[in-house]
This record gives sequence, C-alpha cells and structure tokens, in this order.
Amino acid sequence: MLRLDTCCKTYRVGAFGGGELLAVNDVSFEVAPGEVVALIGESGSGKSTIGKMILRLLRVTRGTITFDGVDISSLEGRKLKDYYADVQAVFQDPFSSYNPIFKSDRVFAMLRHEYFSGLSGSEWKAKLERSLDSVSLSPGDVLGKYPHQLSGGQLQRLLIARALLLDIRMLVADEIISMLDASTRIDVLNLLGELKSRGLGVLFITHDLSLGHYISDRTIILRRGSVVERGSTQKVFGNPIHPYTKMLLASVPQLHKKWEEAAKELEVPAAAAGEGIGAVERPTPLVEVEDDHFAAVEPG
Amino acid sequence: MSLDVDGLTVYYKSLRGDVKAVDGATFQIADGEIMGLAGESGCGKSTLGKSLIRLDARMRYVSGHVELDGTELPIWDDREMNPFRFKEVSIIPQYALSALNPTRKIGIVATELLASRGVRMNGMRPELERRLELVGLSASVLERFPIELSGGMKQRVVMVISSLLNPSLLIADEITSALDVSTQRAVAEMLVEFRDRGFVKSMIVITHDLSVLYQVADTILVMYAGKLVEKASSEAIINAPKHPYTQLLLSSLPEVGVRYADKRLSGIPGRPPSLLEPPEGCRFKTRCPLAFAKCGEEPPLVEVEPGRSVACWKVAPC
Amino acid sequence: MAVGPGRDVADVRTEMPAGVVEAPLTPTGAPQTAPPPAPRSEFLYFALRNWKFVLGLCLVLAFFLLALIGPHLTPHKPLAFTGPTDARPSSDYWFGTTSFGQDVFSQFVSGLRSAFLVGILGGGLAWLIGATVGFTAGYRGGSVDDVLNMLTNVVLVIPTLAILIIVAAYVNVHSYVTEAVLIGLTSWPWAARAVRAQTFSLKTREFVDVARLTGRSTRQIIVTEIAPNMSSYLLMMFILLFGGAILIGASLDFLGLGPSEKVSLGLMMNSSFLSSALLLGSWWWFVPPGLGIVGIVGGLYVMNVGLDEIFNPRLREL
Repeated sequence: MLRLDTCCKTYRVGAFGGGELLAVNDVSFEVAPGEVVALIGESGSGKSTIGKMILRLLRVTRGTITFDGVDISSLEGRKLKDYYADVQAVFQDPFSSYNPIFKSDRVFAMLRHEYFSGLSGSEWKAKLERSLDSVSLSPGDVLGKYPHQLSGGQLQRLLIARALLLDIRMLVADEIISMLDASTRIDVLNLLGELKSRGLGVLFITHDLSLGHYISDRTIILRRGSVVERGSTQKVFGNPIHPYTKMLLASVPQLHKKWEEAAKELEVPAAAAGEGIGAVERPTPLVEVEDDHFAAVEPG
Repeated sequence: MSLDVDGLTVYYKSLRGDVKAVDGATFQIADGEIMGLAGESGCGKSTLGKSLIRLDARMRYVSGHVELDGTELPIWDDREMNPFRFKEVSIIPQYALSALNPTRKIGIVATELLASRGVRMNGMRPELERRLELVGLSASVLERFPIELSGGMKQRVVMVISSLLNPSLLIADEITSALDVSTQRAVAEMLVEFRDRGFVKSMIVITHDLSVLYQVADTILVMYAGKLVEKASSEAIINAPKHPYTQLLLSSLPEVGVRYADKRLSGIPGRPPSLLEPPEGCRFKTRCPLAFAKCGEEPPLVEVEPGRSVACWKVAPC
Repeated sequence: MAVGPGRDVADVRTEMPAGVVEAPLTPTGAPQTAPPPAPRSEFLYFALRNWKFVLGLCLVLAFFLLALIGPHLTPHKPLAFTGPTDARPSSDYWFGTTSFGQDVFSQFVSGLRSAFLVGILGGGLAWLIGATVGFTAGYRGGSVDDVLNMLTNVVLVIPTLAILIIVAAYVNVHSYVTEAVLIGLTSWPWAARAVRAQTFSLKTREFVDVARLTGRSTRQIIVTEIAPNMSSYLLMMFILLFGGAILIGASLDFLGLGPSEKVSLGLMMNSSFLSSALLLGSWWWFVPPGLGIVGIVGGLYVMNVGLDEIFNPRLREL
C-alpha cells in the first residue's frame, strides 16, 4: 500500500542555504493494509521527517514514496486532495493541533467544507456521530467546546475521528500519546488496535519502545537517519542483532527488571551511547538475519 | 539528614479562586533516601517539590510545617528562604534545558549563582571540574553557551551546578521527561551516583514515569489530585500496590514484553477532579472501582505495615 | 499552554506559552510578543478595567468626535480671512485668530480631520503592506523569505523622513491622500519584521499541518488560521502605525512639504513659527495643534500599552 524506496531528505542550513544537513538517509520500508508499523528512533533520528514526507508536508530530496504504486510527489491539486482522503495524520501535541481561538469542532467543519460540502445538515450530523462513536466519544461531551476545555486524550481521539470521517486507509501517528497521561495513553493505543483490525494501516512513530512493542506488528529502528534494524516486532525485540537496538532495549526503564539486569541479558556495555544529529554518510545496507528480520550489520 | 513534612498545604491563586494544588501532605524522608514522587499531570507533585524551596511566586503557602535536619524551613517567606536555597535545599527545575540563560556562558551562570550564596568560584572550581568530569563532561563546557550543548549535556550541567554546594535535599523535577531513552538512563543513574558519593544527602525525584522510579528510587510516594495516596518502598509499590489508583495506574503501563494481541491493557476511565472545587471525601472515588459509602469521608494516610502508608478505606478501614 | 483566561492553573506546566516568540525590538518599542487572544467576554472585562486603555481610547475618541462635528460648530471657514489679526481667544473666536486673521478653532478642527485621514490611510496602507510581506515571508520561508527580507531591510534602513522630504519636494503633494500613500509606502518594514517572526513561530504549530492535510491553500491558511491567532498583535500594530503616520505627516507638514492649500495641524505649527507667533506671544496659534498631535498620538500609544496588558495576562497587575 505505502512504500518508501531509498528516501533521503537533505536540509539547507546556514545563511542562504550554504550548508547541508542529511536528516534521512536511504530509508526504505512498506506499510500494508491492516498492519501497524512502529518507526522507533530517538530525537534527531529523522522519524518525524519521514512522517512529514509521507504526508507531503515536506519534499523528498531523493528516492520515491509511492501509494498504491503512484508516486506521491507528482500529486497536485485535486489528486493531492484525494490522497489526503486516503492518508491522514495525528500529531504529538494535542493542544497545538487545534487553533486555540476556535472551538475544537472547527476541524470537522473545515473537513466538511473541503470534502463533504454536498451533504445535508442531518447527513453530516449522522456521519459525525458515527465517527465519534467509533472513537468512544459522546457528541455531547466534546462538541461545541474550546480545546482548553477538553483533555489531551479527548483531543487526540477527536483528531482520529476526524481522520476516520474520510474513510482513510492509512494513519500516520506521530508520537500521538507521548503528551498524554499514563492512564489515558493506553485507551488511545487500544483504539489504534481496534482500527487496525478493521483494515486501517498505521505508521506508529514513537521513541518509546514499550509502546511500539505493545501495538505494532512490524518494527523499524531508526538511528541518525538510517534504518539499522527492521522486521516483525517479536523478532526484533526478541532477538535484537544491531548493537544500537540492544542499547535501546537495555536503556528502557522497565517495571520489573533493573537496568543492570537488562544490560547483562543483552550483552550491552554499561555506558550510554553518544548523542548527535546528522546522518552517517554511507549507511550499512541491511542484511537478512532470519525470516522477516533485517539488520544493518557487516555480513559474515 | 531527614525531612519531616507535616500537613503542608499550598494553593495557587487564580482568577476563579484558589486552586488547591497540595492539600495536607505529610511524610518523612530519611537520611540518604531517594524518594520518588509520582503522579499524573495536575496531581500537585511539582507544586509540592517547588514549595519546599519556594521558587514560584504564584504559590500561596497556606499551612503546614517542614523540618529539615531539625530546623524549620521558612517556606512561607521568600526572603527568609534565601539562605537555605542551594545550600540546604536545591532544585533541578523542570525544563532545566531552558533554565539556562541562552546569552550567557555556563561558567558565568555558575559563578553568579555561587556569588549569590557568598561562595567564591575560585575556591569551588576544582570541585566543579571534578564533578563535571564525573558526569562525563569536560571542563571546557564552562566556556560554552547553552545552545552549543545537547539536551542531555545541558541536563547534566544543571545537575552539577544545582548540587555544587552539597545540599542536604535535592529536588529533581521531571528531569528525564524530555530526554531520549539512552540519555534518560545516564541522567537517572547519575542521580544515584550523586547520592552514593555524598554530594547530596537525600533526594526527591519528581516524575510521572513509574518505571524510572523503580530503577533509581528507594521509596515511592504516589499523589492524586493534590493528596498523597500511597507511600512505600519501590519494590512494594511496583510489585504489590495497595491503593486502587496505584494498581490501576501500574496495570495501564505497557512494558516490553506485553503485546496488545496477547493482553489488552486498560486505562482509568474519567478525569481527575478540578482542584478549584475538589469533591468531598476521597478524591479518587468517582473513578475508583472499589468505591463505597465510606469514601464520602476523606481517608487519612495511615501506616498499614512498617514503611508503607495508604490512604484508602478499603485498605485501612478504621 | 499559557496561563491564560479559562485555563486551570493547576494544569499549567511552568513553560513559555506555545507560540510566544521574542520579536525583534522595534524603533517605537512595539510589544514584543503576540499573546494568545483572549475570548471575547474576558476581553471586555479586562478592557474596561484597564485605565490606560480606557483613558487612551477616550482621548482619541474625543478628538475624533471633535474632528467630525467641529467644523459644524463654527461659522468661520478655516482659511478665510474673517477676523481681526492676532486676536486672543474670545467668544467669537474660541481659539483666537492667526496673524492673517483666520479662525484658529476652525483650522484646528479641520486639521484634526486631515490628521485622522492621514493616520488611517497612511497607517492602514503600511499595515496592509507590512502584514502581506510579513505573512508571506514567514509562511513561505526559503528563497521567498530571503528576497522579501532583503527588501524589508532596504526599506527599513533608508532614512524615511529624508526620502519623504526629497520625494515630497519633487512630487507636488496636492492632497493628504498622496501624503498618506507616501507615508504608507515607507513605514511598513518594522511591522513586516514583527509579523514575519510571529508567523514563523505559528507556522510550526501543528494546527497548520492539520489545515494543510485538509487540502487548504497557503492563502487560506494564512487568512483563516494564522492571522486570527495574531489578531491582538495585528490590532496593536495598526494602532502604532496609525499614530506613527500622524506624526510623520505632521512632521512633513511642519517642514512645509505637505499640501499647502489645505489645513493640517503640522501646517498650523509651520505657519505659526514662520509668523513668529512664539515671539509675539500668540500661544493660541501653536498650542492647540501641538496638543492635538500629542493628544491623539499619545492617546493611541497609551491605549496600546493598555491593550498589551489586556491581551497578555502575565502583564496584568493581579
């Protein structure tokens, strides 16, 4: 359904764009219908950039992104609008995703104006109610309110409801629960699981490995713009090959295992990895280590 | 050192009345103890931490006593607290990453801070450099501007500067929230190291992330809607929580190893009550699956076992 | 998350409100941040309680009313040589007469009219150009921004008054409309700079991305999403440009470069000095226009300070 082929993104930096910053380097992966793919990376890994490229909010510098075989960089006007009827997104900060001076329903009104202007008032109302119902929100609770009167969890679910109105086939979820409270995170996450079982494809971008592991079928580990490991979630987490993956797993604070234990199990050195942004110039190509599990290691 | 907090009540003034951010908090911290203060946003944990050092002008102290090593802390008065700040009680503020003035070199910030406490930088410099090295930074960082450092480096610098005068109590307010998972681990382990080396006697680590607390804290204090609900050792809280809120909260945290397909986790329905007009009685009762008639009366925080206190009628009927 | 009206303070994490950016310092000391616009009812509540806003508004409105009805209150025409020369204020000639025997009061109220004309037209044009350039440069970024930035800097650096003097000397300025247009074309740069800075920051907010994902065009997004978020700032900007235009217009007229067959406050001051009114002691000739300029422009600036306090809750004296 969605396919990225050796995508790269270079930013111009400095006065008049003299310098260059390679944010995404040779990334390729696919998202199939009814599948949740977790794109895991720390800050500066380029994961949000990839999300924005898929959403056509940023241009791809090199490489192609195709949806159903069509190159999305060629879409304009009407065709771009049709693309957005298939692919939508929810972002990290629920309070930043709404224009604070308007009521939160405005996101629905905007959608209606652009896509459903032909519908009558009652038809629209019914459609809206069905959408809200599928995200477990009652219209009375959330309609007609300003964003600051609603909770983060409700706002995120409203955005998902908005995306569902369009009958999308893929959702880009960019860190959608990292700003929510622990007790509401899991509800939004379970909602994604439900939608997945109805055929929705989800690209779940996160830095939190436990969340990725909970919800995703396949996982991609991103480091400084390049893919270092990818494959089925159980295989990547159960048998991590790349040292970076191991280091990440060892650093996740767990509820029943201390860090020393985890580090010992994964055979990771105690010191934390260095930080930095900007990609390594020539990423190591991925090698198949087992069925549906690839890692960027030197072969042999 | 020991910290003794008794009935601490702190409100925020707002246009529509007082926000009862912290209501009647009572607890103790022993010498060398790292206590984690956990809860979701709006529960008052940040307020509690900041009230011990009185650094936020919007807070209004209402009542309660705080004793540090036997001396009463004058947390009701900004000026009287001055001699205690950074010497006895110190804080690594939330968003320490933006706490550093972007137009000044780090070294200048440190010098000014020390000067304000009447300590000369020349005398402290060797110790400062030693500590910077301990956290993995070179002394040259003092000549840099904050923008030249990464998030993790800034966090470590702020940690070193805040604890330079060896305070008895260090309050770390959400210091790992904005960091990557690998840096988070480094910073959290550093906190423990500070305690182990005696730079700091005791700590209060404020965070919403219970799993980080499990890794570094000796005891955990859970707050909900301005009230303390449970305090126990980290092992006890994580492995055998007694208060319904703690239990529900823990069961909603996904861990590496748990998958949606195998075990569906669930959150806590509803929202925390507004702190402008908090409800009578137990503040968790509207969301608690165990709520019954007596919950209309506020449950006190009682010690049900040695080293474990819970505020719940079901757990401690009396 | 701003500590703004309608938000529980307990929900606040102590950070800078999203969207607030430090805009570059402007020559007239314009407000440096775009505070989140307050909901309407809260605005009125604070507006009427802010004495600076009310005072400034009353002052400006008073002059405006005078400009509207003034010419009807007096039987004399402003430029007619009707009365005795250099007469003191009397019941016939409320503000006395000039050394040519013209009624100062009718000149004054006509002058007020032209002042408002120049202010609204000139300020409005500058506002339009500044906002358009600022929004486009801020939203588009890249090479569009570079080019517009250069243009803004060039117009900013040119000594406006010098250019206006030169242009006015060559282009025979026959009407206040022409003068207003000239002023409008040269006083917009600082406004463009400020709008650009705000737009940069708002552009990164996720609601702009959501609007793009709804298939909205750039122009639609700027007009329906970004501009309304800056409405308070845009209003204050207009007021400052309005006041500035009146000042520049008065300066031009004072130097004799404005329309000479009409009446304006600056021209009155010009004529009075040329006729040595100061030496002759005919204070009634230059004091009213001087006070008029000071009153209107000062009133506008005071109103602006008040508006800044109203829109930015953190400046309010609570």
